[in-house]
Amino acid sequence: MTFLLRRALFYLVTLWAAITVNFLLPRLLPGDPVQAMITKLGGRLNSDAMASLYVLFGLDDNKSIWEQYVDYWGSLFRGDLGLSFTFFPTPVADVLAQSMPWTLGLVGVTTVIAFLLGTLLGVYAGWKRGSWMDNLIPVTTFLSSIPYFWLGLIAISLFSVTWPLFPASGGYAPGLVPEFSGEFIGSVLEHAVLPGVTIVVSSVAGWILGMRNMMVTVTAEDYVLVARAKGLTQKRIMFAYAARNAVLPSISGFALSLGFIVGGALLVEMVFSYPGLGYVLFQGIGGKDYPLMQGVFLVITLAVLVANLLADIGYLLLDPRTRKEG
Amino acid sequence: MSPVLEIRDLSVDYGTLRAVHNVTLTLNKGEVLGLAGESGSGKSTLAYAATRLLQPPGHVPSGEVFFKGKDLLSLSDKELQVLRWSEIAIVFQGAMNALNPVISVATQLDDVLRTHRPDVKRPARTARARELLGLVGIPADRLTAYPHQLSGGMRQRVMIAMALALEPEVVIMDEPTTALDVVVQRQILGQMMRLRETLGFSVIFITHDISLLVEFSDRIAIMYGGRVVEEAPAGEIYRAAKHPYSQGLLSSFPALRGPRRELKGIPGSPPDLRSMPSGCPFHPRCPSAMDVCGERMPSLESVEETRRVACWLEGVHV
Amino acid sequence: MNFKTKLGLGILAFFTLIAVIGEWIAPYDPSAMSDDLLSPPSGSHWFGTTMTGQDIFSQVLVGTRGVMVVGLVCGVLATFLSILVGVTAGFLGGAADEALSMLSNVFLVIPALPLIIIVASMLPSADTVLIAAVISLTAWAWGARILRAQTMSLRRRDFVEAARASGERTWRIIVFEVLPNLLAVIGSGFVGTVIFAVMLQITLSFVGVISLSTWNWGTILFWAQSNQALGLGAWWWFVPAGLCIALLGTALALINFGIDEYANPRLRKVRA
Repeated sequence: MTFLLRRALFYLVTLWAAITVNFLLPRLLPGDPVQAMITKLGGRLNSDAMASLYVLFGLDDNKSIWEQYVDYWGSLFRGDLGLSFTFFPTPVADVLAQSMPWTLGLVGVTTVIAFLLGTLLGVYAGWKRGSWMDNLIPVTTFLSSIPYFWLGLIAISLFSVTWPLFPASGGYAPGLVPEFSGEFIGSVLEHAVLPGVTIVVSSVAGWILGMRNMMVTVTAEDYVLVARAKGLTQKRIMFAYAARNAVLPSISGFALSLGFIVGGALLVEMVFSYPGLGYVLFQGIGGKDYPLMQGVFLVITLAVLVANLLADIGYLLLDPRTRKEG
Repeated sequence: MSPVLEIRDLSVDYGTLRAVHNVTLTLNKGEVLGLAGESGSGKSTLAYAATRLLQPPGHVPSGEVFFKGKDLLSLSDKELQVLRWSEIAIVFQGAMNALNPVISVATQLDDVLRTHRPDVKRPARTARARELLGLVGIPADRLTAYPHQLSGGMRQRVMIAMALALEPEVVIMDEPTTALDVVVQRQILGQMMRLRETLGFSVIFITHDISLLVEFSDRIAIMYGGRVVEEAPAGEIYRAAKHPYSQGLLSSFPALRGPRRELKGIPGSPPDLRSMPSGCPFHPRCPSAMDVCGERMPSLESVEETRRVACWLEGVHV
Repeated sequence: MNFKTKLGLGILAFFTLIAVIGEWIAPYDPSAMSDDLLSPPSGSHWFGTTMTGQDIFSQVLVGTRGVMVVGLVCGVLATFLSILVGVTAGFLGGAADEALSMLSNVFLVIPALPLIIIVASMLPSADTVLIAAVISLTAWAWGARILRAQTMSLRRRDFVEAARASGERTWRIIVFEVLPNLLAVIGSGFVGTVIFAVMLQITLSFVGVISLSTWNWGTILFWAQSNQALGLGAWWWFVPAGLCIALLGTALALINFGIDEYANPRLRKVRA
């Protein structure tokens, strides 16, 4: 259990760091964009909203930085992330709550699919080293070097413009009301195809390469030689002896690179105007909507940390060496 | 004495470099054949090549390995898989890594039984696994342990138990006790030899420690630079080794029993595959080297009924 | 050196050359408008033109420099930071190691892209060098992690122990005994950081948070996207820049394979 406790402590520290960075950024950087926004919005802000923006962005010069910090945490605990300028006067928390499920559905599912698929292909590529599978490496390297968003652009150009097979933007057909009906779900799936495939194709290559190299390294270990000498079937050796060991560093790598992958996936949402956090962030950039951008950052960080914790539990289940006895 | 495993004229290459040169060796039924030599002498390579466990770029350009009338080197993959472990089992060097760190001892033992005895039911297999651990003196409750929970000696015993699981005809032991301390080393080897008497398998025992071979084997073949340079009964090697390299090897280990002798090392270091000396590969380090030694390799000749030596000092070369 | 590594170095050398001479060999001013509006590739405009008649070939040539400069600056800065943190943590061990490892893991786990987007859009003037510095601040953690592990294994080797026993100063041991043995790892970390930085910079330009006044491949894509190049079927507007990014990324990855194979012989190609 100490392993999980240590990790949990680490995630708490990370979360604290992310929140503190969020607190400090608008106070450290020159200029006062939020003040400018507030002035522009003028009388449209009610006094409560004004107060929360003052707390979040440190516009209250009468308070010491420590008092501001305490107030900041207080707002966060109340779920008050301020008002969005772009979607005025919707609170940031509401905008995030609306877009979060879309991102979880699209980015979450495709990232897991890409990891599983890439790991499986990597296992084969590493096991069949020296065969035709080796020729896949340059191809996968090339694919992994393509920025996510550019692949998204190409996908739209080919499969929405040239051959209009799939919709190019949105999360569901305009005119439909989000509800639990066959028509709506079908539309959601149809809209998820292109962005989903884009994320899988551009992130799968990294997993293939990483897993292949781990397989090649592990295949030279004694226990794999022993397994061969034992006359076990190829399948048993490949999975229970080689892959079972090779996947462990791959899982740690998965956890650590989630932050990076999610960043790339958010861009895919921007390209496809998919109603998730990425698109919201994109709209926030255009309007210099700092409350919204910071909210997106916090929510994404939180999601990545939770995903990390899940990956840790997976690691714990797969590696007996991290389990303590009794 | 009937031969169980016959290696005939076997050569092994790593890429374009020859690691083992035309080795012929016979393992007789019930015998312990010791294979000695410094690291890089080709002793492990020989064993892996004979059992077709060599990894690329290693490959076998020529030779035969007969086991019960079949050439192992020309068996199909399927035939080979059936024969592995049930007939020829291997106790690997460095028990540290020979056991899969992420699956339990029980599963690793069971893997062998399940693959080779598919009709045996699970309870019977578990019973057999417990019995095997008992055989090597490990309490049956360690069955569910993972390798990292066992000591080095225990891991090596598990490895031996695993090797005996299918009652093989031949057990190859490759530096089985190198990482262990001297006391545990001898306990394990002693136990192994007692098991051999009751179960009746034959052993190829590979080690750089010739004093262990003198004690535990019947016959010893000494390898240098990928060749067998001397082969004789263990007692004869110990009493009167003929090849200067054998003599050097013997004098670099203290004997636990028998009369004391002066400890000397062999000057110089083992040859590198990439730059083998011409002629006899040992001649740059040999105290009795002659001109001919640097020019031609002496062949392995019978000098006595039970002894073969490859050295120009022996007068049988014409 | 194998073919893959040579190919990688070749492509990298090509782009470096373009980065230096791009501005001189560009046939047009990349920002100059002309009457050839949105024309497909032709003899006079190899990569076609934009909505306002700008020559895309010239934009790609001129934009190479910005990409390479950010890659290089970030590579150097982040590698320096990763050596500083990673080697110190690995060499000192104990509480210092715990703290520094925690720091690098925090930087690794926090999603860099949204954070940088916020920082970049808050900066009053987001020019190339400033962006490079910001990217470097998020890019060092991975290298530091790997260097720490390598340093820890080196620290216990004989020659380091010997240097310590003979009373060498810590910084001398680190610079003369430890660092030379880490060169392969540092090299591959450097190349990895360059890939990361190039991707991030292009992404930031594409999103539109950094200055559009200087050309780079991301800026080209930004204009293509914001002018609906996709809907207009103007594939030539976004294909060349994207291919350049992918090619450069592939080249750097190939170089890294070479370094990996050098450092880990198990990965070398087997001759059957």
